[in-house]
Amino acid sequence: MTAPKPAELRAALDERIDEAAGRWLDEALADIATGMRAIGTLFPAAGRKCGRGPLVDDVAAVESETLRSWNSEDAVRALLLTALPLTGAELGTEISALYRYGDAAEKRGVLRGAGVLREEPELVDSVLPLVRDALRSNDTGLIAAGMAEFGAEHLDAPAYRQGVLKCVFLGIPLRDVFGLPERADSELARMLTDYARERSAAGREIPNDVWLVVDPTQLHSAEEA
Amino acid sequence: MRIFDPHIHMSSRTTNDYDAMYRAGVRALVEPSFWVGQPRTSVGTFVDYFDGLIGWEPFRASQYGIAHHCTIGLNPKEANDPRCRDVLEVLPRYLAKDGVVAVGELGYDAMTAEEDDVFAAQLELAAEHELPVLVHTPHRDKEAGTRRSLDVIRESGIAAERVVVDHLNEVTVEAVAESGCWMGFSIYPDTKMDEDRMVRIMRRYGVERMLVNSAADWGKSDPLKTSKTAHAMLAAGFEPAAVDTVFWSNPVGFYGQSGRLRTEAPALGDGDGTTYAGNSIERGKR
Ligand SMILES: [Zn+2]
Repeated sequence: MTAPKPAELRAALDERIDEAAGRWLDEALADIATGMRAIGTLFPAAGRKCGRGPLVDDVAAVESETLRSWNSEDAVRALLLTALPLTGAELGTEISALYRYGDAAEKRGVLRGAGVLREEPELVDSVLPLVRDALRSNDTGLIAAGMAEFGAEHLDAPAYRQGVLKCVFLGIPLRDVFGLPERADSELARMLTDYARERSAAGREIPNDVWLVVDPTQLHSAEEA
Repeated sequence: MRIFDPHIHMSSRTTNDYDAMYRAGVRALVEPSFWVGQPRTSVGTFVDYFDGLIGWEPFRASQYGIAHHCTIGLNPKEANDPRCRDVLEVLPRYLAKDGVVAVGELGYDAMTAEEDDVFAAQLELAAEHELPVLVHTPHRDKEAGTRRSLDVIRESGIAAERVVVDHLNEVTVEAVAESGCWMGFSIYPDTKMDEDRMVRIMRRYGVERMLVNSAADWGKSDPLKTSKTAHAMLAAGFEPAAVDTVFWSNPVGFYGQSGRLRTEAPALGDGDGTTYAGNSIERGKR
């Protein structure tokens, strides 16, 4: 469940972006760190300045489990967050504003980037409501980002289970949900088994992903009983 | 015929209009933020409106093969309401967004001191964010308002080629033509300008720095006025190249100064259930 380190993100990014984009990023990081420019006007520009594709190509993605679901602009935004000269509640306030005023890509960047920041209780308190907001939406990209490193680490068990269930409902691949091996418990298995049983009773296809958590023999034995 | 409508308020229009516009040749448009009819009383309603201009509305346009961009600004009418002034503080966040290609609509409504301040402050923001500026001319006292706007633009130091002054007519066009700013015309039934008058103005002033729009909104307006004016130009003997200059190259040239314009029209949606944040525009189908 470990999030990538900023240095890993930067190294992967440097493979992807050209010199001009790298220079823009260095200047943006320096300006945020010194308070020269507000992160609020740099954060939206990440995609247009540094590109939007996947951060790692397919071959590398297989080797790098942690970077597989990252886009270049997510990585840029995560790095911009790490440059903020703030801690605790102040950092949380700044991040919450980026989320509130952000478009879909920026919100995604906030949710993914939060997992990369040094862990502090006040920061967790600020970011968790953002994760819950994302999970209430019907935006698959946002929900997937909500179930990325930060959400997977900090959501309580009921919210995490509901998040997984929503992903299955909306067809978000569970391989994009973090922490499943550690956090899948008997209650989640029950919820997904019920769901699979309902689909089966309605003669509808059961998404393949549920078998990551559901024991197929349970499904049948329950039906017979 | 490819058409770029440089000024249209799609939030006030139906999805049928997008369909009709696409069939008439519209492939790109700019939606300026403006007054929405019902006065707003808080910064929050502005922010939600801005979010729509960079979120839901571009999605809706993309489903009909039209590239959607917008301009962001505090309009002069609401600049007079102290409850709306704090919008200025959130503008920098929105002026940095991908789909934002200009600051606007700016200008005057009743030419108050508050309007002066807000106009000047936003011209500064335009310079800071390297964005062109859309200035409208007031409904009342139009000629004086146009001259005062041109003075403020000149004093701000912004380059004339980065400014369009909109809703012009036979009386106000001269001063703007001389200023070096772009000239905007809204072909709006019964009030601002019609197709034939527009053709006469282009005969006299040429097609350089000319932007022709429908300015369609919640009023009695017509989102196909761009296409109708293009046909009126052809009927009056203008070359197809001149029509393309007015309805494509000019808006691309003007808004392209933002460096953020995407002119390739999105692939026409095939009703495959594509969604924005989980919401489709095909209501009732799913
Ligand atoms: Zn307008």
